[in-house]
Amino acid sequence: MRSVTEAEAAGDTVSPSDRSRSRHWATFLLLIAIPTGFLVLFYFYPLGAILRTSVLWQQRPEPLVTLRRLVSPGSLRVMGFTLGQATLSTAITLVTALPGAYVFAHYEFPFKRLAQALTTVPFVLPTVVVATAFGVVLGPESPLVRWLGEGADLRYSLGAILLAHVFYNYTVVLRMVGGFWETLDPQLGEAARTLGASSWRAFWTVTFPLILPVVFAAGLLVFIFCFTSFGVVLILGGPTFATLEVEIYRQTIQFANLPLAAALSLVQITFTLILALVYARLQGRLARPLDFKPRSTVQRRPRKPLDVALVVANLLLMLVLLAYPLVTLVFRSLVSGSHTYALLFENPRQSVFYVAPLAAVWNSVRIALMTMGLALILGLLVSTAVYRRRAGWLVDALFMLPLGTSAVTLGLGYLLAMAQPPFNLRGSVALIVAAHSLVALPFVVRSLLPALKSIRPSLREAAQTLGAAPPAAFREVDLPIVWRALTVGAIFAFTISMGEFGATAMIARADLPTIPVAVYRFLSRPGALNYGQALAMSTILMAVCVVGFVTIEGIRPPGAQDF
Amino acid sequence: MKRGLGCLFLTILFFVGCRSATATPPVASTEEPRELRVMAYSSFDISEAVIAQFEAEHGALVRFLDAGDTGQMISQAILSRDDPQADVIYGIDNTFLSRALHADILLPYKAKALADIPDAFKLDDQYRVSPTDYGDVCINYDVTHFRERELPLPSSLAALADPLYKGLLVVENPASSSPGLAFLLTTIAEFGEDGYLDFWRALRANDVLVVDSWDTAYYGEFSGAAGSAGTRPMVVSYATSPAAEVYFSEEALGEPPTGSITASGTCFRQLEFVGILRNARNRDLAEAFVEFVLSDTFQSDIPLHMWVFPVREAVALPEVFVAYASVAEEPATLSVGVIEQNRERWVNEWTDAVLR
Repeated sequence: MRSVTEAEAAGDTVSPSDRSRSRHWATFLLLIAIPTGFLVLFYFYPLGAILRTSVLWQQRPEPLVTLRRLVSPGSLRVMGFTLGQATLSTAITLVTALPGAYVFAHYEFPFKRLAQALTTVPFVLPTVVVATAFGVVLGPESPLVRWLGEGADLRYSLGAILLAHVFYNYTVVLRMVGGFWETLDPQLGEAARTLGASSWRAFWTVTFPLILPVVFAAGLLVFIFCFTSFGVVLILGGPTFATLEVEIYRQTIQFANLPLAAALSLVQITFTLILALVYARLQGRLARPLDFKPRSTVQRRPRKPLDVALVVANLLLMLVLLAYPLVTLVFRSLVSGSHTYALLFENPRQSVFYVAPLAAVWNSVRIALMTMGLALILGLLVSTAVYRRRAGWLVDALFMLPLGTSAVTLGLGYLLAMAQPPFNLRGSVALIVAAHSLVALPFVVRSLLPALKSIRPSLREAAQTLGAAPPAAFREVDLPIVWRALTVGAIFAFTISMGEFGATAMIARADLPTIPVAVYRFLSRPGALNYGQALAMSTILMAVCVVGFVTIEGIRPPGAQDF
Repeated sequence: MKRGLGCLFLTILFFVGCRSATATPPVASTEEPRELRVMAYSSFDISEAVIAQFEAEHGALVRFLDAGDTGQMISQAILSRDDPQADVIYGIDNTFLSRALHADILLPYKAKALADIPDAFKLDDQYRVSPTDYGDVCINYDVTHFRERELPLPSSLAALADPLYKGLLVVENPASSSPGLAFLLTTIAEFGEDGYLDFWRALRANDVLVVDSWDTAYYGEFSGAAGSAGTRPMVVSYATSPAAEVYFSEEALGEPPTGSITASGTCFRQLEFVGILRNARNRDLAEAFVEFVLSDTFQSDIPLHMWVFPVREAVALPEVFVAYASVAEEPATLSVGVIEQNRERWVNEWTDAVLR
């Protein structure tokens, strides 16, 4: 099998002339110009503004004092814990979700689409709401704890953090790996078995190396998410635990120590950059061109007892891990009062800040769709520009940075850079969409790159030999094959925007309440009605998301078959 | 080439679309109303009618900016000092007041209405802020729990370390929660710099639970809140929370399911202020708004929307407040300067003593 670098070399020898080479460069620059401009304007520029202000901060401590505090035992302990919990969380998420990805990629069973949509719901839920669900599921009155004993009460422990990270990120592995796996030709593994390999050996030596790039891609995203975890650690883990993100927030907001916060932020960004670079380099070496098969030839109904057992076991795991806490929430919203949902539509005290449920749904969906559109356009541009270039991995890594940047740092950066001329977007929807797209972009790129890299260059060359211009070749050859990956990216962009609260909480908004904002408003007051309505609003959030996921997955381009 | 241009065009269209979507809706009057921008924390609330009255009186359009929690709001105001996001800032409290004054983000304005407000609430002699409302952070308890076990209520903070109350209290982390910080300040005022950490060590030995935020403590751990799955019968909350429990219940409650302990020295009084931001665009409108906030109309609308007491004494309180909301007998006090100077050290010392 040819590695991608050999394939690239082969592709280059097809047109060795300097003119063609410079045209390649021109295409690359053209494609990458808009996304890079976006990254510079909405990431590096605000980041630079906040770092500059932090350094010049009026009440600044001596640089040496900041440096000393940065390497103090307390800070190092926070860094160590941040790394440790992220590593553990990622490992557990991969181990838990990979079997699920296999099952979803290889078997056809009733309610599969709905089940897949439901696994993504946790991703959008506000942490406070998830904490409520976990409080019920893990608290002293839960049937699970009564059955398993006090030890199962994981609240305010490392266990709760790990469990919540698996709960949130299960879907990342399931969708990214599953989406890739289901288009993989099963004949490759079967061939190995025909040649006498056991099924395990066939998996380890043939299938696993082929899915490894996408496993890495999913693992990296999960790791960065856990690495910058804020709410989960604070609310579920309790205040004993602190990650870098928590410490940056404390130093910025509570103690107004901007220099130390900036230094901690830089540590976080540097670490993300190193990780992204190592990953991107690795990814380039691992990806191989493959033949993709339509879903129908890969998937079958489970028939053998072992297959059925595998499907059932995974569905049971999902039921306990993902569905049980969610159902608890829906149930509690229904029993919290007889009129909880109806009361959402009333504004008895004529509040200025009353959030009509339909308005909140409309705002959330509108912003999510705009985010999806922008992230997909930018993601496609980045991916197509990057995947054929040898130095592409450097660019690729840069687009990962926003994911690993503290929300409070970036939020204040937006305040400084985007709310003043020449870019006065203060209070506008565009700013929120841009902030969401920045976080969604790595997901789109991560989904697309492995798929694009696995397309045989010969396919594209064939299309071009037959007279198709590069854009037409892209439309006819690449697009149908990457459609699945594009759908996965779209789902994540939609999801990230629907559930995002952290970054936008730092961008002062005027009359644009989204569903998570409404949930927090209800939760900030005492009283049974407020609590019930917060849960009801969360249930509406879940429902809107499920409808969104199913709709997005249902869209197919006319030319694309069931890839 | 074509595709690149197409995308550029789409992107431009997209941003143009976004910008036009945010434009303020047209107003029927022929004269363009002037805009007053008010920055407030997330839990700020008031009646539409009250704001409409101000808008009609001054030919203005009031636009609120949700700036996150109080700490986030002050950070934003300080960082955008030269070109502020708003004209008026509402909700600076006494734990953050010193930081706001020190950063010099406010313009002095001596409101006429201040004459009707008790002097005890006026914390800045240069009138850069005007007091608007106050509320006491106190321990709330689950009435049923204490009644069924015939447990006496703790009469002082020191009593909380009694084994009688082992494992019953949940508090918020002062590093992340404003009632949490208020409660830490209460203990510092009560036991002094030398004694407060010993008290907290005793509380820790008595199995106090520390959680991150008010909503986790109240809805997640406190057993008294209706609908909560919590098991702890005491929580740090507000003296008005029992009244809110009555008001926000679906069936009429004869008495609140919770109570607040307001004994001398057990509560901390949070005062909130309104101020005019330096470089405000419409300074005269901002001054009129400060005057309006202190007026009877606005002040009497505060209780049911923000669950705090108005500073204007003559204001008639809603029934549910008169019946069930309490005021602390002798709340703890610490000067705003002392709070800002020592906050970081206190929180860090507390963290080492209680969480590590």
